[in-house]
Amino acid sequence: MAETLAPSSSPNTGNTLGEGDHGPEGTKRDFLKLVAGSFAAVGVGAIVWPFIHSMNPAKDVLALASTDVPLSHIAEGQAVTVMWRGKPVFVRHRTAAEIQEAKAVPLGELRDPQPDSARIQREPWLVVLGVCTHLGCVPLGQKPTDARGDFGGWFCPCHGSHYDTSGRIRRGPAPSNLAVPDYAFTSDTQIRIG
Amino acid sequence: MPVRTLPMRKLKAAALAAALSLGFLAAPAAQAAEGHISIPDTRFSFDGVFGTFDRGELQRGFQVYKEVCAACHSLRLLSYRNLRDIGLSEAEVAAIAASYQIQDGPNDNGEMFERPGRASDRFRKPFANDAAARAANNGALPPDLSVITKARVGGADYIHALLTGYQDPPPAGVTVMEGMHYNKYFPGHQIGMAPPINSDGQLQYADGTRATVDQMARDVSTFLTWAAEPELEQRRAMGVRVILFLVILGGLTYAVKRKVWADVH
Amino acid sequence: MASGLHDSSFTNPVVRWIDQRMPVFTMLQKEYGTFPTPRNFNYFWNFGALAMINLVIMIATGIFLVMNYTPHTALAFESVERIMRDVNYGWLIRYVHMNGASMFFIVVLVHVWRGMYYGSYKAPRELLWILGVVIFLLMMATAFMGYVLPWGQMSFWGATVITNLFSAIPVVGNAIVTLLWGGFSVDNPTLNRFFSLHYLLPFVIFGVVFLHVAALHITGSNNPLGIEPKGPQDTLPFHPYYTVKDSVGIVVYLIVFAVLVFFAPNYLGHPDNYIPANPLVTPAHIVPEWYFLPFYAILRAVPNKLGGVLMMFGAIAVLFVLPWLDRSPVRSMRFRPIAKWAFLLWTVNFFVLMYCGGMPAEEPYVTISRLATAYYFAYFLVILPLLAKVERPLPLPESIAKAVLRGGGPVPGGAAAKPMEKA
Repeated sequence: MAETLAPSSSPNTGNTLGEGDHGPEGTKRDFLKLVAGSFAAVGVGAIVWPFIHSMNPAKDVLALASTDVPLSHIAEGQAVTVMWRGKPVFVRHRTAAEIQEAKAVPLGELRDPQPDSARIQREPWLVVLGVCTHLGCVPLGQKPTDARGDFGGWFCPCHGSHYDTSGRIRRGPAPSNLAVPDYAFTSDTQIRIG
Repeated sequence: MPVRTLPMRKLKAAALAAALSLGFLAAPAAQAAEGHISIPDTRFSFDGVFGTFDRGELQRGFQVYKEVCAACHSLRLLSYRNLRDIGLSEAEVAAIAASYQIQDGPNDNGEMFERPGRASDRFRKPFANDAAARAANNGALPPDLSVITKARVGGADYIHALLTGYQDPPPAGVTVMEGMHYNKYFPGHQIGMAPPINSDGQLQYADGTRATVDQMARDVSTFLTWAAEPELEQRRAMGVRVILFLVILGGLTYAVKRKVWADVH
Repeated sequence: MASGLHDSSFTNPVVRWIDQRMPVFTMLQKEYGTFPTPRNFNYFWNFGALAMINLVIMIATGIFLVMNYTPHTALAFESVERIMRDVNYGWLIRYVHMNGASMFFIVVLVHVWRGMYYGSYKAPRELLWILGVVIFLLMMATAFMGYVLPWGQMSFWGATVITNLFSAIPVVGNAIVTLLWGGFSVDNPTLNRFFSLHYLLPFVIFGVVFLHVAALHITGSNNPLGIEPKGPQDTLPFHPYYTVKDSVGIVVYLIVFAVLVFFAPNYLGHPDNYIPANPLVTPAHIVPEWYFLPFYAILRAVPNKLGGVLMMFGAIAVLFVLPWLDRSPVRSMRFRPIAKWAFLLWTVNFFVLMYCGGMPAEEPYVTISRLATAYYFAYFLVILPLLAKVERPLPLPESIAKAVLRGGGPVPGGAAAKPMEKA
C-alpha cells in the first residue's frame, strides 16, 4: 500500500497525533484522554493475566499424588528410581563404605558445601532428585553396570558432571548438589515423597 | 437412557414472535419450547445474578449424593480435593477420600491393587465400566452426574422436579412398562430409575436438618449444580467487577469522543 | 529519496531510522492516521473494527485453549472439562472462546446488514464485498469445526449431519464424505483433521481480512448517504475521529460480551453438548448453533436432498453476485423508497428463517420455511433487478458536507444529522 506517500496536507489532517490543542478546551480533552487511556491500559493489563496464569500448573497438576516408596526390597548397595512429579527420584541403599566416604570429605573441597548429615534423614538411605543440576539430564549410576564417575556416586553423561555418594557435585560443569526432595518416613520400611 | 422423544407441541407462534425481534434469541427459545413438560421453578440459593451456593446445602447435597446417588451414578470429573470448595476442611476431605478403596497400580509384580483414596483421586465410580453399569441396572445406563445440570434443559430445576416427580400409581390410563416408573417430568414419563428419594427421613443429615423429600432433592440439586459449575461464584463475582470497570471506561471513552468531535459537529 | 531511503516525515530518530528503511510508520499514518474518512459515519460503521477485535480475541483464546485441549475422541470431552475446572482461569478462556463465536457472528451479521442497507457492495467496492463474503464462508467453516471439538452429542451429530450434506453430490458424494471423515463414520480421524483445520482457518481468515482492508483503503469507505466524498470538507482524518468513535463501540461490545460470558455462558449453547458423544444415540432434536439456523431452515425447506443442499449453499453464493443483481445506481436505501422496505422485509424474513431453523421439521414451520426461503431468493433474484429498472429514487444530497452541516460551511450543531450519526 503506497510506500512512498508522505502524509497529505489537507486542512483536516494536521494536528492529529498528539500535538494537542491549546487553551482550556485542549487541556480538558488531554486530561480526559489521559484518564481514559490509563483506564484502558489497566484493562488490557488485567486481560493479560488470566492468559499467563493459565500456563501455570493447573489445580490437578498441583494436587498430584505423592509417591510411596517401599524400601524393604532394596538391598544394600542397590538403588531404585521412582517417578515423582514426572521426574526420577533416586533412592539408594548405601553401603557402610559409601557412607564413610561421604562423611569423610572435607567441606572445603566441595563446590556446594553441605555435610552428608544435612542430606539424609535416616541411614543408610539417600534420596535425591535424579536430575543433573547442570542442564537437566538424568545421571548414570543407578544400575550396578553403570559408570558411577570418579567419586562413586553418579556420573552425568551429557556434560560430564561427577557426583559423590552423597549426591554432591565434585567435578564437571554442574553448579550444585543433586537436590533432596521433601520426603518423610511413613514407617521403618516406607517413605512418602512429596 | 431411553431416547428422548419429541412430542407434538402447541403452537406458540404469537408468544415467540417477540423473540424474533432479537433473532439470536430464537435458538434458546426453541430449546425451551422443546420439552413440552413445563418444569416448576424451584428457588435456589444460587439463583439470579448474584446468587451463591449455600454451603450447608452443598454439604447436605454431597451427603445425599454419597448415600443415595453414588450407588449407581458416577461423578467422574470430580476429585475428592474439590470438596474443599464446599466448605470441608483438609482433614475432612482426607478422611472422606480414605474411606474409599481406589484402584492403583500396577505394582512391581504387575498387579493392580487397591489402596485408601487420597484427596487427589477422582471420585470412585460405582461400576467398572458402562457395560457393568447396564448389567446391574436392567439394561439402563445411569448417566454420569458431573455436568448433569448443564446437560439438561432446566438444569437444577429439572433435577429437583425429576426427583420429586414420581407418581405411584401412575395416572389413570397410563400403562407403565415392566421395570419402569412413572415420572411427571421425565421426557416420555417412563424412567428406569426407581424413586431414589422416596420417604422423609430416608437419611440422617449430619447438621440436623430435617430430611424431607423436598429438602433432599433440593440439596442434591444444589450439589450437582456446584459439581457442574464449580466456577459459578468466581465467575459472577468477576463479572460484576468487569462490567463495572467497562461501564466506567465506556463513560470516559464517550466523554473523550464528545470532546474530539465537538469541533466538527 | 537520496541514497534509496524512504523520505520519512517522522522526527523521532528511532522511528525515522526504521521508517526510512521500511515505511511502516508512514503507512500506518496514511492508512489509520490521516486516512480521509467520510465524516458522516453512524455507529453501524463500528462493526468492521469490532469484527477485527473479535477475530483477535478468538485467536488469542484459541491458542491458549489448545495448550490444554486433547483432540482424541476418548479424551476431548474430559480435556475441555479439565480446562473448565483445573486450569487457572480456564473457564474464563473457554467461555470467552465459546461465546466469542456467537459474538463474532452477531457483529459480522450486523456488518453485512449495514453493507446491504447502504449499498456498500456496489461499484467500485464489488471486490471488497466479495472478499467479505469469503470471510463469512470461512467463518462458518471454522465455527462448525470448532463446535465439533468438545466432542459432545451436538458436536458429533452436527458433524455427522453437515458432512453428510456432501453425500448429496451425485456420483462422487459418498467418496467425498468418506474422505472428509477419514473413515466410515465421524470418528477420531475426523476429530483430528477438524482440529487441524480449525486451528488453520482463522489465520486464513486473518489473511483475507488483510485483503479486505487493503481493498477498502483503495476505494475508501462507503457512508450512510452512499455518495462519494467530493473533497476535504466531506472527510475527517481517521485518527482521532474514528479511532475514538470505534473505541466507544468496542467498550459497548465488550459489555454485551461480558454479560454473556459471566452471567449466561451457556445461554446460546445447547445442553446436549454437555453429554459426551455417543454414536449409538441421536439426540431427539438436533439443531445447529443459532448462526446456522437460517441456512438450516433453507436446507429443510426443500423436500429434495440435493436440492436442499444446493439451495443452502446458494443462499450464500447469491451474495457473491449481489453487486451485479442490484444495478440501481443509488447505494443507500435511504433514497430508495421501495427497495428500503423490500430489504427490511428481507431482514425480518431472515429472522423468520432463523426461528424456523430452530423448530422441528413439522407444520407449520415447514410451510413458513418454504415461503421465507422463496422470499430470501426472490429479493436477490427478482426484486432487486426489477427495482433497478422501475424504482424512482429520492434526490441525492449534493455532498456529504451539505447534508451533514446544513449549508455546507463548518457550522457547528449538526442539526441535519440523524440521531445515529450525531451520537
